[in-house]
Amino acid sequence: MSNSVAPVLEAKNLVKNYGRVVAIDGADLQLFPGEILAVVGDNGAGKSTMIKCLSGAETPDGGVMELDGKPITFRRQKDSRDAGIETVYQTLAVSPALDIAANLYLGREIRKKGPLGSIFRMLDNSGMKKSAKEHITSLGIGTIQNMSQAVETLSGGQRQAVSVARAAAFGQKVIIMDEPTAALGVRESGQVLKLIQSLREKGLAVILISHNMPQVFEVADRIHIQRLGKRVAVVTPKSHTMNEVVAVMTGALTLEVKDQTLGPVR
Amino acid sequence: MSKSNLVTDAAAEFKGRATNKQKIQALLHKYPWVSSAVVLVFALFIFSFGNENFLTPNNLSLILQQTAVIGAIAAGQTLIILTAGIDLSCGAIAIFASMVMAKTAFVNGWPGWAAFMLGIAVGTGAGAFNGWLITKVNLPPFIVTLGTFNVFSALTLFYATGRTIMDKELEPFFLYLGNPIPLGAFKITYGVLLVIVMYLLLAFSLRYTGWGRHVYAVGDDIEAARLAGIQVKRVLMSVYVTAGFIFAVTSWVIIGRVAAASPNSGTNLNLDSITAVVIGGTSLFGGRGAIFGSLIGAVIVGVFRNGLTLAGVDLYYQTFAVGVLIITAVSIDQWIRKAGV
Repeated sequence: MSNSVAPVLEAKNLVKNYGRVVAIDGADLQLFPGEILAVVGDNGAGKSTMIKCLSGAETPDGGVMELDGKPITFRRQKDSRDAGIETVYQTLAVSPALDIAANLYLGREIRKKGPLGSIFRMLDNSGMKKSAKEHITSLGIGTIQNMSQAVETLSGGQRQAVSVARAAAFGQKVIIMDEPTAALGVRESGQVLKLIQSLREKGLAVILISHNMPQVFEVADRIHIQRLGKRVAVVTPKSHTMNEVVAVMTGALTLEVKDQTLGPVR
Repeated sequence: MSKSNLVTDAAAEFKGRATNKQKIQALLHKYPWVSSAVVLVFALFIFSFGNENFLTPNNLSLILQQTAVIGAIAAGQTLIILTAGIDLSCGAIAIFASMVMAKTAFVNGWPGWAAFMLGIAVGTGAGAFNGWLITKVNLPPFIVTLGTFNVFSALTLFYATGRTIMDKELEPFFLYLGNPIPLGAFKITYGVLLVIVMYLLLAFSLRYTGWGRHVYAVGDDIEAARLAGIQVKRVLMSVYVTAGFIFAVTSWVIIGRVAAASPNSGTNLNLDSITAVVIGGTSLFGGRGAIFGSLIGAVIVGVFRNGLTLAGVDLYYQTFAVGVLIITAVSIDQWIRKAGV
């Protein structure tokens, strides 16, 4: 069942050491197009390190990463971005005093056409506001209307929505979310989860790192379980229960390959 | 906004309760220079009663000339403070550059333009040195510039051997900025004009270019800027280099204004420039403020000193008044910041 669709992003045998500490030790990951892959694991399981490798924040010491079957090496975050991978961080990585449109285009501003842009380097603010509005609307974030509003006037959920919209607007292939709801309340988390699902509707592949099991079971297509720097199992919310996933995470339970879901489900 | 969502309803409810005080807070939050502009107009009004000569074209021109030097330094200081940094060495850089300009022309016989270019290069290099220590050696700006302030001051005294170069010994090129431009009854000097042009250029860059936006983003939240893909160290470096260049250009304004190049002058420039920036509504915590606020801030200090002098108030009280202004300005900044939460 696994050979019909090729993974959009694949990591094979990744290794990363920090000095004498082995953070990931031969970890594998497969992400298929149009799926939400939850990555779970106890503290120190190497989730963050693996994600940092995939988003270009760290360079792995060993192993191979492939995007659409082609090998990739990222030296900095910009490289992964140029390859079509966007990352959303748990720390609300938005600039509070800048407005929504400025935040959406931060680091990749669009200049005006003609000499005003090429010689005087003027930014196309009205154009950026217009397309920012389109992106926000296309994600169904109805609560954000005014693109000239400073981000600090938004609620935590709305701020995270801006981050998600930024990733969705520029992510061509893969969106990585590192605990996107960790800083949010219940209702705001719900909004962000809806956004994640709408990204899947748009055909993007999403990696969701989370500690929150109910959320994982609500949105994930498959659940990648990491333990002691390795992938120990991949299951689906339908095939296994929360207790079983936690048991695998902590090492109390080992799953045979035939009980796992290594191939795509969608 | 749609009424269906609970989050927006809460926000709308909050907006509905906005009092006049909150409206003012929100206005100042958006345009931080407004409060300083109000203070300036108010000060002009008050001091016009202190002495009938205060609101004359002659005196207003004089205030602008007195303000030009602080205003010029404050322009570079604003860039740095917008990135949540600070430069305690700005005045020392300007004086160092002015001595290089004056002495290479007078002692070594360089033509005026060549001596000027060397001075600009030295000032810009000094800014780059600050920037290198901050971005590559990862030292805090306060410590770096406290150190380089002493280094540059010492280099100035060492190079100039304590000797002032008087107007007769100066290249005419350096005195050019002290010449007045007749504008009816007003007498604006070329130095004042240069400073205004400099502000216009900086205001344009900060407001309309990607570089300007990145300067604000780095000062606002450096980690968020880095995660958004901005090369924060490159932005910081560009700011310190640009500021160094501005301080070097200021040295030309200084020589034109006092018609001499003295290694012992300008000791107050370092702190006075910070005063102008703060009174102008730019936040010392970075990411918030407008460059023209600093020009207004510099003019406010000039107006206070001039107005109090004309009203016959002792120098001590003038300094006291400037101190009160600073604390008031920072208090207002703190109050404005609450509007954002």
